[in-house]
Amino acid sequence: MTKTHSGFIKSASVSFVSLLLLACGSPHSTPDAGPDLNKSYPAESGGTLISAMTGEPSGLISMIAGESASSAITSNIFNTLLKYDKNLELEGDLVKSWEISADQKTITFRLKPNLKWADNKPLTSDDVLFTWQAVTNEKTASPYASDFQLVKKAETPDPLTFRVSYEQAYAPALDSWAGLQILPKHLLQGQDLHTTPFVRNPVGSHYYKLDSWTHGENLRLSRNPNSVLGQARIDHLVTRIIPDNSAQFLELMADHIDYMGLDPIKYSRIIPARPELQKKLALYKELGNSYTYMGFNLKHKPFDDVRVRRAINYAIDKQEIIDGVYLGLGINIASPYKPGTRWSNPALKPYPYDPAKARELLKEAGFTDSNGDGILERDGKPFAFEIVTNQNKEREKSAVLIQRRLKEVGIDVKIRAIEWASFISRFIKTGDFDVVVLGWGLGLDPDQYNIWHSSQQAPGQFNFIGYSNPAIDKLLEQGRVELNPDKRMKIYHEFSRVLLEDSPIVYLSAGYGLTAINKRVKGIDDPAPPAGIGHNSQDWYIPQPLRRNEINR
Amino acid sequence: MLIGISLISFLIMHLAPGDITNNEAAFNPKASEESRQKLREMYNLDKPVIVQYGLWLKRMATLDFGKSFASHQKPVFWQTTDKDGNVTKGLIQEALPITLMINLLGLAITLLLAIPLGIVAARRYQGWQDRSITLFNFIGFSIPGFWLSLLLMYWLGVVNNWFPISGLHSLDYESLNTWGKVKDSLAHLFLPVIIPSITGLAGITLFVKNGMLDVLHHDYITTARAKGLNERKVIYTHALRNALLPLITIIGLSIPGLIGGSVIAETIFAIPGMGKLFFDAVLMRDFPVVMGILTIGSALTLIGNLLADVMYAWADPRVRRGVAKD
Repeated sequence: MTKTHSGFIKSASVSFVSLLLLACGSPHSTPDAGPDLNKSYPAESGGTLISAMTGEPSGLISMIAGESASSAITSNIFNTLLKYDKNLELEGDLVKSWEISADQKTITFRLKPNLKWADNKPLTSDDVLFTWQAVTNEKTASPYASDFQLVKKAETPDPLTFRVSYEQAYAPALDSWAGLQILPKHLLQGQDLHTTPFVRNPVGSHYYKLDSWTHGENLRLSRNPNSVLGQARIDHLVTRIIPDNSAQFLELMADHIDYMGLDPIKYSRIIPARPELQKKLALYKELGNSYTYMGFNLKHKPFDDVRVRRAINYAIDKQEIIDGVYLGLGINIASPYKPGTRWSNPALKPYPYDPAKARELLKEAGFTDSNGDGILERDGKPFAFEIVTNQNKEREKSAVLIQRRLKEVGIDVKIRAIEWASFISRFIKTGDFDVVVLGWGLGLDPDQYNIWHSSQQAPGQFNFIGYSNPAIDKLLEQGRVELNPDKRMKIYHEFSRVLLEDSPIVYLSAGYGLTAINKRVKGIDDPAPPAGIGHNSQDWYIPQPLRRNEINR
Repeated sequence: MLIGISLISFLIMHLAPGDITNNEAAFNPKASEESRQKLREMYNLDKPVIVQYGLWLKRMATLDFGKSFASHQKPVFWQTTDKDGNVTKGLIQEALPITLMINLLGLAITLLLAIPLGIVAARRYQGWQDRSITLFNFIGFSIPGFWLSLLLMYWLGVVNNWFPISGLHSLDYESLNTWGKVKDSLAHLFLPVIIPSITGLAGITLFVKNGMLDVLHHDYITTARAKGLNERKVIYTHALRNALLPLITIIGLSIPGLIGGSVIAETIFAIPGMGKLFFDAVLMRDFPVVMGILTIGSALTLIGNLLADVMYAWADPRVRRGVAKD
C-alpha cells in the first residue's frame, strides 16, 4: 500500500514523450465531428470501459497476491464485510449492520439477507468463517494475516451472523474487515490457495465477474447478474496490460483506452497545451493515499536532539518541493492522515519555511561555524550527513532541493539513490543510514502502531528510524483499544500533535492522484470526495451515442 | 559446462541483495516480519546458498524447472496438469513462442534487406549507392530503438490511425474471421518487428559487403569474368555463395538472442515475451524463473555454437575435409 518505486525505463521514456509532444506541434488527427462529448446525456446501462495497468496480477486472490495490480481487479469481483463511503467513513458492504459489545472485544456482523455468489449458490456466514480460516491458516502465506490472527474466536450462530472475539479490544479490526475479500467456501474448500486454479478463474459476488484473462494482454470483466449490491451501469470492463507509461498515454491519445493515471507533467503541461486532447479528455485530481517524508535516524547523533530536527524542518521549504517536483500538484501536511477526514487534526499547521529560526535552533544545539567554511561544526566535527533514497525521480529531486536549503543554513548534505531491494536490505534493515527520503501510506485506519511504537524497531519492522517516545507509545496503545470513533479521533488528534512537535520526520508533501478520463464516461464526481473519484464507479455510464463501435458486442 | 554456467549464475543472483519477500508487500505496515519469514521458509530461502543450489540441481536433474515464486506458483517452463485436469501453462511456454516469432520475423526481414544491400554496396563500392547505404545503415544503427519506437507509435498510431500502438491482438480479435485474425496479428507485429530489423541492418549489411569485396578480388572471379560469364552469373553463382559463409557463424551465434527478447521493446509495445519475463523476474528476485531462463539460454548458446560449426562444415567442403587453413 505504500511502496511506490518506479521503473527506470518508464521514467526515462515518460520524459522523452513529453519532449516529443511539445516538439511535434499540432497533428491533424481526431477525425471527430462525431457526437458532442460535452453535452449531458441521461444515465443508461451498457457499454465497455477500457483501462490499462502497468503490471499483471499474479493471481486473483488478493490476500495472497498482495499487490495493487491484483486488488485493482479483485475489488470489482469480491465483496468485503465493510467498506469506506465517499467520506472515508465505514459502512456495510456485505453486512447491513455490525455491533460492538460493551467490553469492545466482540464484534457481531449481520449479513444482508439473500446474498448470492455469481454461480447462484447462497453466500452465508459460513463463507466469511471460511475466509477467516483461510487467511489465518498456517499454510497460507498471506502478508495480511497478522490482523486476523488476533481473533480469538470466530463463530457463525446462524447463516446471517458472523461473530468475532478478540483477546483484547482491537480498534483496527474494523478496518481489517474492510480489507478482507470474502471467498466462496463451496469452490475453495480443501484446496491449496497457492496452487488452486481459482486464482485465474475466480467466482465472486460483486458488480463484475471475470470473463477471460489473456496472459500478458488483458483481463475482461462483465456485469455479474447476481451482484449483491445491485447492478453497475457499464456492461464490460476491459483492463489491458501495458507496462510502459508512454505507450499507455499514446493509447489514451489514440482513444484506445478510456482513462489512465497521469504524472504532473502530463496533467499540467502536455494535455492543457493540446486542444485536441482537451477536447476529449477530462482531468481529475484527488488527494492521493501517500505522502513523502524525510526521516531521521534517531539513534545517530545529532538527530537525537529535537532542536536539530526542528531546525531542519524549519530550514526546508516544502512549498518549493511541491511546486518544483510536483508542479504544484500536492499539499503540505501536518499529520500522517488524509486532510479532510476525521483523523486529520485541523488545528495543526505545518512547520513554515524559516531559515532564521533554523539557525537559531542549531546554535542553541551547539552548532557554530568556527572555521568560517560555511559549514557548521560541533565539537570540531562538521555537520554533514547523507540522504539515502530509492531510485524514484520525485524523491531524488526532493532530496536535491533539501540539499540546497540545508546548505544555506550550514549543513553539508550528500545524496545517494539506490535500487529498491538493495536499499531495503543494505540500509533500512541494518539501520545504517542518517536520513532517508521515503513515502508512507495515509492509512484509512488511524492506527500506526507498526510505524511509531518503540517496540517496533527490530530489523524488518517499520519503526526503522528508531523513534521512541513514551507519550506516543501510550497514545498508540490507547487508540488501538478504543472502538468508539469519536473518542478515538481525540486520541489520534493528540498523537498527531505530539508527533509534529517532536518532528521525528519532516513531512515533505502529499501528492495528488491525477487522472485523465475520456469525456465519453459520465457520472463522475467532480471535485473528488476524500475517497477519490472511483468511489461511485458503479454509477459511471457511457451514453449510447458516445460508445466505441468496434467493441459493442 | 552447463553446471559451471548455472553455478555461477546462481551465485551471482544470490549476491544481489534482497529476496522475493523484500518485494512482495515489503513496505506495507500490515505485513508482518513473521509472514515474510514464513514465505522465506516456504521457498527455502532461509537455507545457505549452496544448499539451495543443491536443491535446484536435484530438481534440474529430472528436468524440473520448478515453480515461480512471484506468480502464484506458475510452473517456470512447461504446463502442469493437476488432479482435476486443470492445466496451468508454464511462464516460458507462454512467452517463448511470442518472442521467437518476433525475432525470427525480424531476422528474416533483416537478412532479406541486408543481403541485397550488401551486394549493391560491394558492387558499387565507393559509389553513391555504397555511400548512401552505409549512411542509412549507420543512422539506423545509431538511433536508439525505444526512441524510434515511440516516434513511429506516435506517427503511425496516434496521428494517423494506421497501426495499433501496443499489444499483440485487438480486443475484438476473437470475433474476427481467420483472414482478419492474420491481418490483425501482422498489424500488431509490424512495429515490434521492423524496428529491431532497422537497427540490426547495419551489422549484417557490412558483413555481406565485406565478404563480397573480399571474394571479388579472388582469382576465380577474374577467371569467371575472363571466360566470358555474364556479370549476373559471376556475382550470384560464384561470388555470393562464398561471401555468405561468414553469415552462417553470425546466424548460429544469434540463436540465443532469438529467445532472449528485448526488455525495452517488449515493455514499450506491451508484449508478454521473454525479455520482460526475465527482467521482471530479476527485479522481483524470482529465482526459479531467472535460473530457468539462464539455463535454457546457456544451453541454446552451446547448441548454437555447435550448430554453426556443423552448418559451416556442411556448406564448405574445405572445412569438412579439413583442408582449409583459416
